[in-house]
Amino acid sequence: MIDIKDLHVRFGAVHAVRGISLQVPRGGSFGIVGESGSGKSTVLRALSGLNPDWTGSMAINGQSLGRVRGKDFFRRVQMVFQDPYGSLHPRQTVDRALSEPLIVHGMDDHETRILRALAEVALPPATRFRFPHQLSGGQRQRVAIARALMAEPDVLLLDEPTSALDVSVQAEVLNLLADLQDRRGLTYILVSHNLAVVAHLCPRLGVMQGGLMVEQISASDLRAGRTAHPHTTALRRLSVELEEA
Amino acid sequence: MHVDIQNLCIAFPGATGISHAVRNVSLSIGNEKLGIVGESGSGKSLTARSILRLLPRSARLSADRLAFDGIDVLKASESAMRGIRGKRAGLILQDPKYSLNPVMTAGAQIAEAWRMHRKGGAREARDGAMDLLDQVRINDPARVFAAYPHELSGGMGQRVMIAMMLAPDPELLIADEPTSALDATVQAEILRLLDDLVSRRGMALILISHDLPLVSHFCDRVAVMYAGRIVEQLGAGELARARHPYTTGLLECLPALSHPRPRLAVMKRDPEWLK
Repeated sequence: MIDIKDLHVRFGAVHAVRGISLQVPRGGSFGIVGESGSGKSTVLRALSGLNPDWTGSMAINGQSLGRVRGKDFFRRVQMVFQDPYGSLHPRQTVDRALSEPLIVHGMDDHETRILRALAEVALPPATRFRFPHQLSGGQRQRVAIARALMAEPDVLLLDEPTSALDVSVQAEVLNLLADLQDRRGLTYILVSHNLAVVAHLCPRLGVMQGGLMVEQISASDLRAGRTAHPHTTALRRLSVELEEA
Repeated sequence: MHVDIQNLCIAFPGATGISHAVRNVSLSIGNEKLGIVGESGSGKSLTARSILRLLPRSARLSADRLAFDGIDVLKASESAMRGIRGKRAGLILQDPKYSLNPVMTAGAQIAEAWRMHRKGGAREARDGAMDLLDQVRINDPARVFAAYPHELSGGMGQRVMIAMMLAPDPELLIADEPTSALDATVQAEILRLLDDLVSRRGMALILISHDLPLVSHFCDRVAVMYAGRIVEQLGAGELARARHPYTTGLLECLPALSHPRPRLAVMKRDPEWLK
């Protein structure tokens, strides 16, 4: 479904992503972990078309992607960001936020689609005419996910979707993402600094350091400690140490 | 040094009535590492900051007893409070990006803190600041001394914050989510550093965090807060013995590398916990 080969991204003199290749099958999930500045979000932004300065090849569903993306691309590929405070318009109601993708893509039957989307992310219908500041952090992230689903995409790019949330809310959002994938056959790329979150949702993951993907590993190998690169081993040790406390 | 909190309540009057942010909290802190854990809005930061009487102006504070080493914080004058704040009890905040002065070098800020509390000359303050940078294990103190905050990484910035707080030789350090903005590897380094400093200087530490496994790994004792109350207190490494459904719920909803779960448990909040 997603095929990235030898992706490089440069910001002026900074070589942020240095030759990344990865494949994600249809309906699968791939996780990218790394510390800040490792280039993990930059990969997502290049794939989503938010950053035009890249070289290499990227294809979604067999179609090679260019610098400029068509409208169909933006319908099929949607992104969810870390901070729902920042990614929802503070002066637009939930209804307005959810209508916008429908208007852009010329879809009909707004009423039923919006009500269905709210039900799908388990938000009460009453939230429809609320503003973002009237919702909790978890509810806001559900709105962001609902908005991403409005255009009926095939691919969701998730950039630290639970890092700003409390752990109990994180669990709800992760369960919701798993359910949506089962129901709709979505393909995910999940970027996070939290190894346990990535391994929970993604059967395969890549570890990034300094713009390189230093290791690709299955979640079960990671759990069992069969890591090859010292950076993966170090990240795993830190994560497991706390769990055993 | 001994902090004694009995029946602490903090409330905020609002348009729709009074909201009670902290309800009947009692804590006693000696020379130890105490962790306060809770989710956002549980009142953990307010509880710790009430010791320094650093609360928003609209807050209504009441307690049967709120004392820092015998000083009644409820009745103390502003100048008495200034003798505690920074001097005897330091506060480290989450993000060095926002808590350091962006137009002063790191060294000048540490030296200022040093002079403010120790009344020395400029050269002594400079030497003191260099020594503090060395104590927070910065390899190249001269470079960091001359650097502006934007030239420092998050972990480096947090070390500078810690150095600044150590300048007056405090007896208590309050660290409010000191590592939440940092990467996992840096987080481990900063916590090791804090641990080392606390035991070497015989300070007390209050560590506030939303991360229950992290805090219980690091502290001698953990107080778990929910909706303004302490629902449970646990000793170090006693997480497995947690009784309160909120504490066990917090642990169960975490994804874990060592024991995979097909589905995460979701917290069912019981209105009984509020009683």
